[in-house]
Amino acid sequence: MLPRYILKRLLGAIPTLLILVTIAFFLIRIAPGGPFDDDRNLPPDILANLEAKYNLDQPLGVQYLNYLGSVLRGDLGPSFQYSDFTVNELIAEGFPVSLRLGGSALLMALLFGVIIGTIAAWRQNSRLDYLLMGSAMTGIAIPNFVLAPILILFFAVYFGWLPAGGWGGGALRNMVLPVIALALPYMAYVARLTRGSMVETLRSDFVRTARAKGLPEWKILGKHSLKVALLPVVSYLGPAAAAIITGSVVIEQIFGLPGMGRYFVQGALNRDYTLVMGVVIVIGVLIVVFNLIVDIIYALIDPRIRYE
Amino acid sequence: MTARVQGSGFRVQEDPGQIEGSGQALVRIDGLTVDFHTEDGRVRAVEDLSFDIPKGGTVGLVGESGSGKSVTAMTLMRLIPTPPGEISAGRVEFDGQDLLSLSESRMRRIRGKRIGMIFQEPMTSLNPVFRIGEQVAEVLRQHEGLSRRAARDRTLDLLTQVGLPRPKQIIDSYPHQLSGGQKQRVMIAQAMSCEPDLLIADEPTTALDVTIQKQVLDLMGELQARYGMSLLFITHDLGVIAEVASQVVVMYRSHKVEEGPTEALFQRAEHPYTRGLIACRPALEGNPRRLLTVGDFMTAEGEALEVPSDRLLPQVKRSEAELDKDKPLVEVTDLKTWYPVTGGLFGKVVDQVRAVDGVSLTIRRGQTFGLVGESGCGKTTLGRSLLRLTEPTAGQIVFDGEQVTAADERALRRLRKRMQIIFQDPYSSLNPRMTVADILLEALREFRPKASRAEHRETASALLDRVGLSASHLGRYPHEFSGGQRQRIGIARALAVQPEFMVCDESVSALDVSVQAQILNLLLDLQEEFGLTYLFISHDLSVVNFISDYVGVMNEGKLVEYGTAEQIYTHPQQDYTKKLLAAIPRGL
Amino acid sequence: MSTPASAMSNFDHAAAASGRSLWHLAWLRLKRNRAALTAAVVLAVIFLLVIFGPILSPHSFAHPYWEQISAPPSLETRHFFGTDSIGRDLFVRTLHGGRMSLMVGLVATGVALLIGVAWGAIAGFVGGRVDNIMMRVVDILYALPFMFLVILLMVVFGRNILLIFVAIGSYIWLDMARIVRGQTLSLRQKEFVEAAEALGVRAWVIIWRHIVPNLLGIVAVYVTLTVPKVILVESFLSFLGLGVQEPNTSWGALVNEGAQDMEFAPWGLFFPAAFLAATLFCLNFLGDGLRDALDPKDR
Repeated sequence: MLPRYILKRLLGAIPTLLILVTIAFFLIRIAPGGPFDDDRNLPPDILANLEAKYNLDQPLGVQYLNYLGSVLRGDLGPSFQYSDFTVNELIAEGFPVSLRLGGSALLMALLFGVIIGTIAAWRQNSRLDYLLMGSAMTGIAIPNFVLAPILILFFAVYFGWLPAGGWGGGALRNMVLPVIALALPYMAYVARLTRGSMVETLRSDFVRTARAKGLPEWKILGKHSLKVALLPVVSYLGPAAAAIITGSVVIEQIFGLPGMGRYFVQGALNRDYTLVMGVVIVIGVLIVVFNLIVDIIYALIDPRIRYE
Repeated sequence: MTARVQGSGFRVQEDPGQIEGSGQALVRIDGLTVDFHTEDGRVRAVEDLSFDIPKGGTVGLVGESGSGKSVTAMTLMRLIPTPPGEISAGRVEFDGQDLLSLSESRMRRIRGKRIGMIFQEPMTSLNPVFRIGEQVAEVLRQHEGLSRRAARDRTLDLLTQVGLPRPKQIIDSYPHQLSGGQKQRVMIAQAMSCEPDLLIADEPTTALDVTIQKQVLDLMGELQARYGMSLLFITHDLGVIAEVASQVVVMYRSHKVEEGPTEALFQRAEHPYTRGLIACRPALEGNPRRLLTVGDFMTAEGEALEVPSDRLLPQVKRSEAELDKDKPLVEVTDLKTWYPVTGGLFGKVVDQVRAVDGVSLTIRRGQTFGLVGESGCGKTTLGRSLLRLTEPTAGQIVFDGEQVTAADERALRRLRKRMQIIFQDPYSSLNPRMTVADILLEALREFRPKASRAEHRETASALLDRVGLSASHLGRYPHEFSGGQRQRIGIARALAVQPEFMVCDESVSALDVSVQAQILNLLLDLQEEFGLTYLFISHDLSVVNFISDYVGVMNEGKLVEYGTAEQIYTHPQQDYTKKLLAAIPRGL
Repeated sequence: MSTPASAMSNFDHAAAASGRSLWHLAWLRLKRNRAALTAAVVLAVIFLLVIFGPILSPHSFAHPYWEQISAPPSLETRHFFGTDSIGRDLFVRTLHGGRMSLMVGLVATGVALLIGVAWGAIAGFVGGRVDNIMMRVVDILYALPFMFLVILLMVVFGRNILLIFVAIGSYIWLDMARIVRGQTLSLRQKEFVEAAEALGVRAWVIIWRHIVPNLLGIVAVYVTLTVPKVILVESFLSFLGLGVQEPNTSWGALVNEGAQDMEFAPWGLFFPAAFLAATLFCLNFLGDGLRDALDPKDR
């Protein structure tokens, strides 16, 4: 049943991806300017040659269909800006960086968020609860592009404990600040979500039953309540992942990390059509796959949901 | 107000020597007082309550909603959340030890092991994300220290004992794969797993159909006899109490008003509240013309009243020959209402639920047609289909010679004003953002668009007066009324368009028995005054019997039997009807 | 007949007063919530400052004081928040940027409100196939990485304030549509709607009288929580340098500029960041308070 479900969901995602590719393709093409009209001022015949080389002289519709065809073959085309590289190569280089950054941030947000939220719910309306939830609200209110410079200012500039930027081959020292800056707002959100859902679950009839069975408090909290209370948190993972991918665009910029997000803004500004399209497609697929994984996890936790 | 109730004297049967059973008390509750701290200040949920539960005996705790009976049960388990709750005074002794002074960890060793508990809502009382086996076995693992394997074997044994079909399959099922009755059996298995000395059952059958209720009650009796445990059975239903309990404690507004052996209590209740409670429930025969209510026995302040003799005139039902002289008002021929079940990416119809599947019946002018059946039998859908609130799939409905099924929108709007509906849930049937005046005016404006606002207000006041409320209620919002009062407002709204025919869909099911009697009486009064015709839909066989001229029994979308109330209740023809009737708790 | 007296007896004490609507009760609950009230007061102060604050300063938001580049806050020069890297007064710029951020927040939320409520209410009320199609559209749009498209849009069409409104509003409405649709669907099944139908009340009157008033609560909560979201998105775009155009500014753009010089002029980061965070914080708190007040079971 599961493989069929996965296949069906992936088929169902085709319209989404097609719409995404179409919008992105035409949006960037109708933009004034092209990839080669920088300040270099190329002679017209060379420009024409270049355009012919990249098939840019053909009608837009033909280009669109050609592009779709090559994407289906897994070829995202050559980059206009980094002319020695294909988009596939650029993404293969940047993707692992972004994945590591985003993945760590998501895990951190989830793990600490759930723990904090559970503690707050367990001590509902106590001072500890108010303190944790007040901090969480502050965390939500400070966007990561504000948080990142502040973290750099303190931990890199004033105290000098950690590097202010750079990838360093993915060393832990280099990862700490960007991951925290990226994760904190979502961690705060997950904490609030967990607390709310936990408080509601703790009031439910089946928790009363568990109490009447004489189970110890940790079992009531950690087993009976948490599994049910996690459901809304799992649902939030989809949007959270999308937001973290978006957020990593600024984080990569602030910390100077060689990830995928960096290519996007630069690529768009330079009209590097294929690079921008490549990043959009990868991100679109990523979100589709991630949403699918989230739904499968949801169904694993909640037996009432069936794959259909 | 509460002081007076107490003052009126219920300390009579406190002599513990009277208590039946094996002589010694397992539980002694003495002077228990429980308060809740709410936004409106301190509310006393239970006041100065004392009673014993004998070893091996059954005590029934009876009362209406809010009387404090569930709070009592939760206090016994020490499951009252504090705050907002507070046990202000009293002692609860269980097998010689004071429960209220036990440490939390010692109390946990009593919960589930020595005191088991089952609740009203089987649907929500089991954890939806764990398998049945896991939920039962964890009690055994917790209290008996059984290994995983041993706990599973014992669980299987328990599931078999509570009469579940295919226990090997059910042990690995999730709660949503079980029916309500099956879930309640699982709850019982869970509560019984450590062979407790006391089982507390808080309205265990209220959410179940009568036939299932009977099975569950039988099972509980059987298990009690086998294990010799004590039982505290909490319910609002005196009929059920009479079947299970040897001793009854009656609670009213946080107080115990009466206590005694069941039979004696039913025959010679002393407190006017108890007498009212017993009298307001319709019996299968020998009912008065109008049901007695608690208000006939005592004032709101708790003083006993003499029931006037004219309130005791017997109900006289008309014979079939007489009934058949009335002209037909609603004629239904082969009505089908099917719901499509959609699936797939684009909502293809994959199946049909045959909620109503070929029903034909005739409702005559001025009569009440009672429709009974268990949950899911299609009775509600049938009622809504008659007004085309749910669109029928096939068949014909004729109202007073006019086609309802074929009516276009204008004709339907006109027809609907002659056919009204009163709903079950008094909480969702009134728009919470509208005042009573707005609610009634909406109906009145539909009925007579030309009349002035002042005229409408006057009519609205008269309507409220007619249903037992007053004009001073016009400016209020639904949430400021009790369930019975809301139901009265719903009736007033329906009356506003001066209908001829009313569908009453479980209209008294959500109400306390004493309020239920008032509403039933009101419906009868209105029928007499305005010559109304009712389709009275209910799962409650006694209520349907009391109010109906004709009765139809529905099962699985079909009308299985149909006749005068007397025919159905005294000479049922179909097996299904017989089974239903046999399941009614008889009382005494 | 039955005795109405006994039915009414427990309500006698309140019989004289006129009814208290749910709104009234919600207001009473909100008044008791000190956190939410404080948030509301702080918000009001920020609003007033942003609107009238610039009048209090002798400086204009665009004028560069070349002799005072990156000067620290000072009462003497009346640069209350200091100056930026080309000597413009940060007090006025922060408040001016606030105007932009708040305006974007309110207008884009307004756009989202209009589209979302209409879309959700129609889908929920009509139901069936229409609902199916409308919600599939929302699902598809939902799965798009919208921020990336918005970034593209900004890059393509340049920095245009109107475009920011439309771009953000056209994406934020999805949540609103889902919530309103869910609520409408559940209201649609409420018995009071059926009762109105049975009385022959027309469909649009039912929507207006029975559905809309019961939607207002959740929409109010949602609007309060959407405004900070939009402000955040706008700040994000401005931070990337894609938002408002110089010399106009917004909190996000100011944070970006401040972050570049934060080592020697931290005030340039501090003040806009503090205003931005305080506004988001208070709006979230107020939204939470509203939710608790309108739906007391959520305590």
